[in-house]
Amino acid sequence: MNGCIVAFCCEHSAYPAADLAGKLRLHYPENIRVIRVPCAGRVDVIHILKALEKGAAAVLVLGCEDGACHHITGNTRAKERVKYCNMLLKEVQIDGRPVAMFNLSPNAPHKFVRAVNEVTKIIKESGR
Amino acid sequence: MATPFREILKTKDFVVTAEVGPVKGSNVSKAIEHIELLKDKVDGLNVTDNQSSVMRYPSLGICLLIKEHDGEPVFQVTCRDRNRLAIQADLLFAYSRGVSNVLCLTGDSIDVGDHKEAKQVFDLDSVQLIHLVHTLNSGKDMAGNELDGGIDFCIGTTATPSADPLEPQLIKVEKKLKAGVSFIQTQAVYELDELKRFTEFVRNIDEKVKILAGIVPVIGAKMAAYMNENVPGIFIPQHLIDELAQAPKGTGVSKGIEIAARVIKQIKEEKVCDGVHIMFIGREERVPEILEAAGLL
Amino acid sequence: MIIAERKPMEEIKQAMAPYKKVLVAGCGTCVAVCWAGGEKEVEILASQLRLARSAEGNEIVTLEATVERQCEKEMVEELKDKVAEVEAVLSLACGSGVQTMAELFEDKPVFPAVNTTFIGMPEKEGLWVEMCGACGDCFLDRTGGICPIVRCAKGLLNGPCGGTRRGGKCEIDPEKDCAWVLIYRRLEKQGRLDLMREYYSPRNFRAVKRPGRVQAVKA
Repeated sequence: MNGCIVAFCCEHSAYPAADLAGKLRLHYPENIRVIRVPCAGRVDVIHILKALEKGAAAVLVLGCEDGACHHITGNTRAKERVKYCNMLLKEVQIDGRPVAMFNLSPNAPHKFVRAVNEVTKIIKESGR
Repeated sequence: MATPFREILKTKDFVVTAEVGPVKGSNVSKAIEHIELLKDKVDGLNVTDNQSSVMRYPSLGICLLIKEHDGEPVFQVTCRDRNRLAIQADLLFAYSRGVSNVLCLTGDSIDVGDHKEAKQVFDLDSVQLIHLVHTLNSGKDMAGNELDGGIDFCIGTTATPSADPLEPQLIKVEKKLKAGVSFIQTQAVYELDELKRFTEFVRNIDEKVKILAGIVPVIGAKMAAYMNENVPGIFIPQHLIDELAQAPKGTGVSKGIEIAARVIKQIKEEKVCDGVHIMFIGREERVPEILEAAGLL
Repeated sequence: MIIAERKPMEEIKQAMAPYKKVLVAGCGTCVAVCWAGGEKEVEILASQLRLARSAEGNEIVTLEATVERQCEKEMVEELKDKVAEVEAVLSLACGSGVQTMAELFEDKPVFPAVNTTFIGMPEKEGLWVEMCGACGDCFLDRTGGICPIVRCAKGLLNGPCGGTRRGGKCEIDPEKDCAWVLIYRRLEKQGRLDLMREYYSPRNFRAVKRPGRVQAVKA
């Protein structure tokens, strides 16, 4: 996982979007590791921390748009956890590696690509 | 020799007391100045006890100085810093040196003061303290032991007529009255209606206790707002804050004195209660002006 | 239940600085409920330490374990093998648990990772408030079930003090209610204000002589 962007992708939104991006041959960096989850809300704080421990350059959590979560509150919980995770990282001064949440719908492959590109840019700028 | 306070309470129509606030340090020269200035102009001089939980020269120390200068001290005792042994011991000492008036208070919390990590003692509360003084007065200590050489304190306490909600405060005042006090010095009063209501409540329970309305001059609108927010037990009404805001710059203190004198005059003329207790800490030298403006000199 | 709060990270990091292999030990009871020291918190704290130390170039190896109650010798004994492998123990249990660990494993330094604060309950999710002062002389029946020992900032038995803020808030903290105003309202509701009118004589501060000791008999 070294230097990778780990992307936890909700199977109702981000995963099909990522899949579609691939099919449409949309350009995005290769060093991305997609992990399919039943809901963004399934991702726990420890999963994000462990991804970083294993060397991830950034961790993304991608879920459904506000109000469209298949499991009603999964994306809201994910958002809170990502926020909490950033606080935990700041506590130990490891806040140089982005941990972020993005919301998208299954037919928005460009949003997936944009998210990945945005984060890649941040990583490059911080010199990793 | 000053007339004992307990006698003045029985005989005088309108009793006036003031306060001396000790300084932080062993230098008592300022205190002596204030004592000399005020001792003959008032019937009793209170000395605060680590007021606002700020460590200062002890109340008892200044009380002894007042005695030395032929004044009549009122020894303020809070429950915040000393346990029941220390308080009893202090009362024995005080009495042995001619201090015979005590004001029983709970005391501000440690958090408003300057030693914010200190332990709050509160072994007793103010009501229990009043009972304690009576016990000592009767020749026994709190544990029931006979005293070799007793005490006979004139006991007073405080009250907050403008508390909100008022009922719980009044329940406590009733307990204090039932415990037996000779005088009450209230927290700052700015509204006479509140004071009248309070006095009526007290009179229904105890006709003899003397009520002295607390007078704290406010010297500016900002100070008033600050006090409302930060000083426990004080509520300054908006119309007074407005009056202060309209005073020309630099006249704040005079305005505050003017308002204070006005309130005192009204209390005296309408015979609302038995006197006033003037608290102008940090500006003790201006107290005579208040007394003069109120026609008390 | 006992409420604790995780210590500042700096303090924990400093405590762990000399060690290369530690056991991060949690407790599954009170501290787990108040989100301070349960299994989840152990996981996260251990991960934070590993990340931090890795970034410093001074790796730390962490073993993780959470027992049901860290204040029970029999349960703590189960950690024997893990403790043998490490240089020190970082305990997320309350003071009682930390001391049980320290007593059972006398040769290992045991560090508290949380500050034990009070006996309390959740006012709402995640918000813990103090309720009981463990005074050993409970008189909650006389105050409408509201404890003035700890819910009154001055612990008064004949309150309120003169410092109550407008609206019945505490002199010390405008966010907190004056306990005696709460007691007044509760007793008024029950028509038992006579209880508040009673004089309460000075408290027996020696009802529990610290260190406390209670011998119970099983029914």
